[in-house]
Amino acid sequence: MVERTPILNFFTHLILFAGFVFCVAPFVIVAIAASHNLKDVNDVPMSLLPGSDFWVNIKTAWTTADLGPKLLNSFIMAFGVAAGKVIVSALTAFSIVYFRYPGRTLIFWLIFITLMLPLEVRIVPTYAVVANVLEPYQTIMDLTGLSWLIEKISGVQVQLSLGLLNSYSGLILPLVATATGTFLYRQFFLTVPDELTEAARMDGAGALRFFVDILLPLSRNNMAALGTIMFLWAWNQYLWPLLITTDQSHAMAVTELKQLIPNVGGAPEWHIAMAGTLIVMLPPLIVVVLMQRWFVRGLIATEK
Amino acid sequence: MASITIRGVKKNYAKTQVVHGVDLDFASGKFVVILGPSGCGKSTLLRMIAGLEEISDGTIAIDGTVVNKLEPRERGCAMVFQNYALYPHMSVAQNIGYSLKVAGIPSAERAQRVQAVARVLELEHLLDRKPMALSGGQRQRVAMGRAMIREPKVFLFDEPLSNLDAKLRVQMRSEIRKLHRRLSATSVFVTHDQVEAMTLADRLVVMNGGRVEQVGTPAEVYSRPASRFVATFVGAPAMNMLEGTVTLDGLSLLGDSRRLNVSRTGLPVGAKVAVGIRPEAVRMVAPGAPGALAATVDLIEELGAGRVIYVDLDGAPFSIVTSETVHPEPGSTVGLQFAETDLHFFSSETGGRLDVFKASVPEPAL
Repeated sequence: MVERTPILNFFTHLILFAGFVFCVAPFVIVAIAASHNLKDVNDVPMSLLPGSDFWVNIKTAWTTADLGPKLLNSFIMAFGVAAGKVIVSALTAFSIVYFRYPGRTLIFWLIFITLMLPLEVRIVPTYAVVANVLEPYQTIMDLTGLSWLIEKISGVQVQLSLGLLNSYSGLILPLVATATGTFLYRQFFLTVPDELTEAARMDGAGALRFFVDILLPLSRNNMAALGTIMFLWAWNQYLWPLLITTDQSHAMAVTELKQLIPNVGGAPEWHIAMAGTLIVMLPPLIVVVLMQRWFVRGLIATEK
Repeated sequence: MASITIRGVKKNYAKTQVVHGVDLDFASGKFVVILGPSGCGKSTLLRMIAGLEEISDGTIAIDGTVVNKLEPRERGCAMVFQNYALYPHMSVAQNIGYSLKVAGIPSAERAQRVQAVARVLELEHLLDRKPMALSGGQRQRVAMGRAMIREPKVFLFDEPLSNLDAKLRVQMRSEIRKLHRRLSATSVFVTHDQVEAMTLADRLVVMNGGRVEQVGTPAEVYSRPASRFVATFVGAPAMNMLEGTVTLDGLSLLGDSRRLNVSRTGLPVGAKVAVGIRPEAVRMVAPGAPGALAATVDLIEELGAGRVIYVDLDGAPFSIVTSETVHPEPGSTVGLQFAETDLHFFSSETGGRLDVFKASVPEPAL
């Protein structure tokens, strides 16, 4: 029920405005702090009038933390994760919705359950796998005596090893599987009328053809929404990149922000830290602004 | 051009059977309409011909080839769906040409054939539009174009007109008819609308409860319904049905409250029958006229060209269609008269048609 009275309108707007202020205030403070100089930023209370050193601080933050290559790293990683999730979850949902095979429901629920297991829960085994992707196979071969057999016969000792530490694949691949995405696609695929599938069959399109020609173009909005959410999520990852990247050439922007945070005993350069934060916040913001239209459509409604 | 032969076809969903052994022959080039109430299995039968549903038992052959195991694309059928099922992200031209694209036909030839089909359907000026920007009738035509472009052996229509408004439906009906005359491909059209069925069909198949009740031309089905179901389902308003018993000198109707003198029916005395009479075959006379059944007028529906008069015959509803300018008052008594050749007899037990008067009354010469 939608009620419209002037008083109620006023109050709803008041609540909206309060929410808006609540959300935006921290960012405003970050921006103001980033425009002060060392002395002003450490005043108690800090002046809420913007200072004049904004560009200087941005420049310092950029060079101190060497943000250029790190932003690029972050972008590659976030883009890779988002693209991977969009593709993989489209395929899984396609399989679950459009094919009849035994254990279909079971598989769906298994995927669904992984929603409840965030990366942090499985971070140790995931790290072990990434450190040597072939480790599980090595273990199986050792346990079954296969490697012993091979060594006896050929004299070669089997030592499978493929490490992904300090690589983009290591950063991206473990994050690609997604229950949320599969679920989102599944819900969308279920709304696609059966007659459309049947029309495609009558037109002679096979399963893959139908997927590429009809299902994927129809899920544009979904892909945009999922891609945006996952890009933000991947951009903001902290723990995983921190664990997996030990050399500077693969460092992420978000993890490298800590370089700007003043050390104990160092100068309290909070204005530089805030300027760096602003820079790192910018790319996801741009993505959201650009994708907003599709993003909202993909989440709230299906095309009629 | 292809004939369709259906032999002992059944369809089960888990434990429920929806089609109980159907045998039908559709001659090449004919327009066949399958008519029946919703849930009678008519759409299921059509989808089995198309290859969208598996055939549980029996065989379907197109042009002599059993197609049970063939994919839809290998059967040479094209289908028009109830909700059009146009691809929403493709333009009209892409929608129509999609099957050719899948078949790997080069785009120059594709464009040419799309143009040709669009010309026939008067869609040329709409080729770049998306389905969203089309009216219901235009979408319907695109759906038909999509079926036509493959030059199929068989056209299948699954209630294609039921989403259109009444006026457009009449228009599309005649367009489909014209199109069929032009292409003369075997067509199977499923509908629950009897006017659509009567006007379109070369041959009419009436289905009920997963069984075929009658096959014949629309005129045959109307004038000699094979069962009580067909009699009441085909024709509007529906045929009047009166329960009765055969007596020595005619019929006793409605639990012996009315008597009707008819010639020897050839039915055994005491047989329970349902007597049907079309509303159009009833004449209204003065209540006291000899042989007339007296009834009370309930309601009058003005149709412009005529009127439907609903009367009450000892509690049994009864309708009369008349074009005469009579205006009986509701509540007044009228007499009902009809020729005994207009009576249809059905077995009360099986619902099947009983052939009566065969010896005594010759078929009216036409």
